[in-house]
Amino acid sequence: MSEHLTEDAPPAQPIVDARHLQHHETTVQPMMEHDITDGGPDMVQFVDGDGNRLETTEANAPYAKIVEDMTSEDARSMYRDLVLVRRVDAEGFALQRQGELGLWPSLLGQEAAQVGAGRAMRPQDYAFPGYREHGVAWCRGVPPENLLGIFRGVNHGGWDSNANNFHLYTIVIGNQMLHATGYAMGVQRDGKVGTGDPDRDTAVMAFTGDGGTAQGDYNEALVFASVSNAPLVFFVQNNQWAISEPNYKQFRIPPYLRARGFGFPGVRVDGNDVLAVYAVTKAALDAARAGQGPTLIEAFTYRMGAHTTSDDPTKYRPAAELDIWKEKDPIKRMRGFMETKGHADASFFEQIDAEADELAARIRKACQEMPDPDLRTMFDHTYAEEHPVIEAEKAEFSAYLDSFEEAGR
Amino acid sequence: MSAMTSVQRLTLAKGLNQGLRKAMEDDPKVVLMGEDVGKLGGVFRITEGLQKDFGEDRVIDTPLAESGIVGTAVGLALRGYRPVVEIQFDGFIYPAFDQIVSQVAKLHARSLGHLKLPMVIRVPFGGGIGAVEHHSESNEAYFAHTAGLRVVAVSDPADAYWMIQQAIRSDDPVMFYEPKRRYHERAEVELDEAAEAPLPLHRARVTREGTDVTLLAYGPTVKTCLQAAEAAAAEGKSLEVVDLRSLSPLDLDTITTSVKKTGRAVTVHEAATFLGMGAELAALVQRECFHHLEAPVLRVGGYNIPYPPSRFEEEFLPGLDRVLDAVDESLAY
Repeated sequence: MSEHLTEDAPPAQPIVDARHLQHHETTVQPMMEHDITDGGPDMVQFVDGDGNRLETTEANAPYAKIVEDMTSEDARSMYRDLVLVRRVDAEGFALQRQGELGLWPSLLGQEAAQVGAGRAMRPQDYAFPGYREHGVAWCRGVPPENLLGIFRGVNHGGWDSNANNFHLYTIVIGNQMLHATGYAMGVQRDGKVGTGDPDRDTAVMAFTGDGGTAQGDYNEALVFASVSNAPLVFFVQNNQWAISEPNYKQFRIPPYLRARGFGFPGVRVDGNDVLAVYAVTKAALDAARAGQGPTLIEAFTYRMGAHTTSDDPTKYRPAAELDIWKEKDPIKRMRGFMETKGHADASFFEQIDAEADELAARIRKACQEMPDPDLRTMFDHTYAEEHPVIEAEKAEFSAYLDSFEEAGR
Repeated sequence: MSAMTSVQRLTLAKGLNQGLRKAMEDDPKVVLMGEDVGKLGGVFRITEGLQKDFGEDRVIDTPLAESGIVGTAVGLALRGYRPVVEIQFDGFIYPAFDQIVSQVAKLHARSLGHLKLPMVIRVPFGGGIGAVEHHSESNEAYFAHTAGLRVVAVSDPADAYWMIQQAIRSDDPVMFYEPKRRYHERAEVELDEAAEAPLPLHRARVTREGTDVTLLAYGPTVKTCLQAAEAAAAEGKSLEVVDLRSLSPLDLDTITTSVKKTGRAVTVHEAATFLGMGAELAALVQRECFHHLEAPVLRVGGYNIPYPPSRFEEEFLPGLDRVLDAVDESLAY
């Protein structure tokens, strides 16, 4: 039937559009395929997808010593972090599906980027996260249970940032980049840069994603950091997708190349190679603490899950893409490397998996037992000092609640 | 004798400058930041001489980016500093709106009180200086509407000197509105706290006592109202002028005490009346003073249009005649 129609009355104009629409996915595909499989020759990488230690290249040479100085114990410890962080994330996802959490932004696939960065920080350093940095939180020593409240709706974060030098999650994309910059400017004013004392010199890390790089606050942060030579590391997890929008809808020049335009170095690192991320971040933090100013690190990685539990990525990205990245899985890779090099035996891996099970059970229990907030606390902390409107409304609300209790309801 | 020497005749601008200087002397964590606040001393010279005396680390000439200024001030505050931000002109605050309402206002609550944001955002506001557009706005209501912020407006040199210091000492973020057309007004200022204790930051002041109608004003319109009261007195009408000073929170006691006494209230501000501060004042006054009111609360303010080109502003701004017309309308009930 259609053959007949085509032969008899070939549509002159519309066929171009129709073909374009029909093959929309394939016309876009070459660009994405290129972007997602290859971070290019500038990308710092030490271990390939199969766990093989790569030869020294121009890109990774400046960081080779840091990796060479690492011990088997370092490798095991980082592997443990990767596995436990993935388990924290899986549990968060499961708790959302079970109705215990309202939302969960998964970090699946970004474990190496976050663990590598988090592990490179010193206790006195400070991290300003977005809302997906569960792995950085873990490395900072923030109990994973603390991260649940915001997604369960019992608070807006509420943890004491200064307990672990890990700021509250920031939902408005990019806001935190400026907070990190200002904080780093404060560190400078405290004289805690460039003294040579490893326990005193302090750096700050600002985390965002590829989507965040379009924000005004992000770009302003880079300007402020640059002109003040702040002790700061901007850490962009390029997970290729800003919800449904791929990289090429966010920028024409990748984040690591844009840093130079702001006046400081940018480095692209394989975000699924925890050793590479650790080495690059450590070097950048050392430079920042020494007074050499900011660095931008672009961790080239992939968001293997949805943007959040409210998202459905099958609507906008091909399944084949995920398959490619599964081959680059950060945990599979690190395990392959460790097995090849003999950094750990089978019992070690079993032990970590068992520890992950225990952690998951602990998180689940904590979440399920997390009490609803006392309604009367709703007004608390709006201001640090007394405020008559708040006092009046609190009293009114309290009387309102009491009226139900008096009515015996 | 010593009390005499502590009184100085200052402009409102100089009151702010001296207040900032005093705050910086008292607390090494106080830092000033903004566009051109360093060598130039700000376009209105409010920070004149301070970078020279306190250094570039404490008086920071920032890049020209308002969100960047406020956002980095948040970071400095988190690190234990007390940043005082200058927004060069009222109409330039909007790029920072997100940082102010999403972060500055909320961080104390989001952190369940673990984090404090002791910062001051200074905003030269209002019209009357013949400026080009975006330089004459009164946007205080946006911020008074935002929980977590405190909002104050000064009207004279003494308040300028003291209130800026009080705002800096506050552990909450304070939006600090300065009437730019009154910067050069002069008055005697008692600089010695022991000689005369300054009014707390969030108290209103009865600036002129009267019995017939209460005028509720703040910032630049306080002087307008005082002039109106003087003119009305010549006609035998006794107007009471209340300088609100604090817009969030409002000093309801002082306001309602006055209105209960006079039975009439007229609100006067440069901002558009629709959902302006006058709307909130009218609602509160009718609720609290219902049985004392002889007339509805009337509002005098800017018209509900974008701030007009400056050739219109004399008629756009609530002047003496419009205030007196409202007084007459109130008295006619």
